[in-house]
Amino acid sequence: MTRREARGQTPTAATPSGTPTTTVGDAGGESAALPGLLALSWLHLRFQFLETVRVPIAVLGNLIFPALAMFFFVVPQEAVAGNPLFATVAVAGLSLFAICSASLFTYGLGVAEDRQQPFDPFVRSLPAGPAPRMIGRVLNGAIFSLFGIVPVVLIGWLFTEASVTALQLLAGIATVLLVAVPFTLLGMGVGYSLSAKAALPVVQVILFPLAFAGGLFLPPQMFPSWLDGISMATPTRAGRDLVIQALTGEPAYSGAWLVLLGWTAAFAALAVWAYRRDEGRRFR
Amino acid sequence: MTARAIGFGAGLGTEPQVQPGRGAPDDVPVVSVESVTKRFGEVVALDDVSLTVGAGELVGMLGPNGAGKSTLLSLVGGQRRPDAGAVRLVGADPRDASARVSLGVTPQETGLPPTLKVREVVEFVGRHYPHRVDTADLLGEFGISDLARRQTGSLSGGQRRRLAVALSLVGRPRVVLLDEPTTGLDVGARQALWAAIRRYHADGGTVLLTSHYLEEVQELAERVVVIDRGVVRADDSLDAILARVALHRVVVRSSAPLDALPGVVRSERSPATTGSGRLDRFELYTPDADALVRELVTSGVTFSGLEIRGASLEEAFEEMVAVPDGSDGTSGTSGTNEGSAR
Repeated sequence: MTRREARGQTPTAATPSGTPTTTVGDAGGESAALPGLLALSWLHLRFQFLETVRVPIAVLGNLIFPALAMFFFVVPQEAVAGNPLFATVAVAGLSLFAICSASLFTYGLGVAEDRQQPFDPFVRSLPAGPAPRMIGRVLNGAIFSLFGIVPVVLIGWLFTEASVTALQLLAGIATVLLVAVPFTLLGMGVGYSLSAKAALPVVQVILFPLAFAGGLFLPPQMFPSWLDGISMATPTRAGRDLVIQALTGEPAYSGAWLVLLGWTAAFAALAVWAYRRDEGRRFR
Repeated sequence: MTARAIGFGAGLGTEPQVQPGRGAPDDVPVVSVESVTKRFGEVVALDDVSLTVGAGELVGMLGPNGAGKSTLLSLVGGQRRPDAGAVRLVGADPRDASARVSLGVTPQETGLPPTLKVREVVEFVGRHYPHRVDTADLLGEFGISDLARRQTGSLSGGQRRRLAVALSLVGRPRVVLLDEPTTGLDVGARQALWAAIRRYHADGGTVLLTSHYLEEVQELAERVVVIDRGVVRADDSLDAILARVALHRVVVRSSAPLDALPGVVRSERSPATTGSGRLDRFELYTPDADALVRELVTSGVTFSGLEIRGASLEEAFEEMVAVPDGSDGTSGTSGTNEGSAR
């Protein structure tokens, strides 16, 4: 589209009044075919994805940190990189870290930022409930989380002895996405209860200790027993061990599923509470 | 010109005409607000407000900042719920998403997602509606076709305003809520937006708009609602409101009871001050200053210091809404002498 083309059209603005076709007001709500939930969710996902992907630094940030961690902490250590099991475990830990980080940042920071944008109340006035926006947000987060693990897996595959079968890889990715659920909920809980300025440090304060205590950076076998006890109660450790179980067959500790479910329920409650509180404040 | 008689029918030529739905016969008011009260903590934003807007009306809402205009719009748009009373949008609760198919709202100009392109935002909003206006037609209508591929973050304030109003119309709504649609625009951009709003209205659309600019309301509205401190102060046709407020102010000193002269609709009498020759100062408001002066001269009373000035609409509205609560009728500002004058 060129400027010249458009010039030709500007006189339309001066047209006194269009033909009086009855184009306004096609119906009161129900009789018109409303776009379905699926179509609307897809719409919201598409445009949220576009919005996110056009801020390249946000996307790259997700990709770079876990990839760098692979290069600094895993690839140079022959003892780890050269051992198929250890290498796979390291890839699993950093992949999970990528997912946790993406979930917490996308939802925690993203939601908090969205709430401050005046576009958000406008979207609420469109003929759609909160579901499409929510579904779009969750899926968008999942997509960028998956982007985050791509470099980690590639580096593991190219530069270490990490090895899995295709089936194990699929099982691993499925588990990673499942483990992402509680972190997504935690992120939303943060995002709906705090301003963007407050959400950023809070997310960082939550993410790094959880990642460390959960054994995503250092294997928990190196932990003293008291730390190992704490570690097993964290959602990161439960998630890590479950992902490793899917990837290598190394069994997770017995309470892992229970711990993960417990945190999921707790974070879900937090997210719902924060969402309602936010509704009550801004849209009474 | 005729080749592109757009209106909002541009896209519909090829689509089947949609009949008004079962739930929305023409006699159901498009917007109905019944005895609505809305509080924010201690503050009463709206106090027992009622307002009914029928299909095809163009209603302008005037009032100072914080009067409750935006709160009223947010209730009609389903973004808030009233503490008491009922709000209906074409007979349905605007808090139900499906009811809002009949509604068009403008985003605040600063609130457009900066990384999305103009045509993408139009597409995104339009796809929420069953019968949207074609994106190219809509952009042409608002004279912003050349911006289709620009990210909204790079638009000027005027361009964003146009896009914002365009977005309110993309779903062919029965009613649009326009909150300060042309604030901060230059004359040309404002005229272009007015033209678009008029076209929508000419096609049968209902418009509820707020503005600080009396000129804007005078230009567009057929009916005017004045809101102040959460209460509807006036609700009448534009002409009636204008007749009510388009007054001239005559200032004159005299010892005679000039406020009883015919044609005086409102007056203020301040007692004589030293040095004013024992004459009281009168501020008389009248729709016809010439007649009043003629009357004054022929009545033969002594007067001095005659001054005549047209009270602007702006001032008139200020006076209209500046009535301190509970003091109605005591001072000249709203105390009318209509009874004694006629």
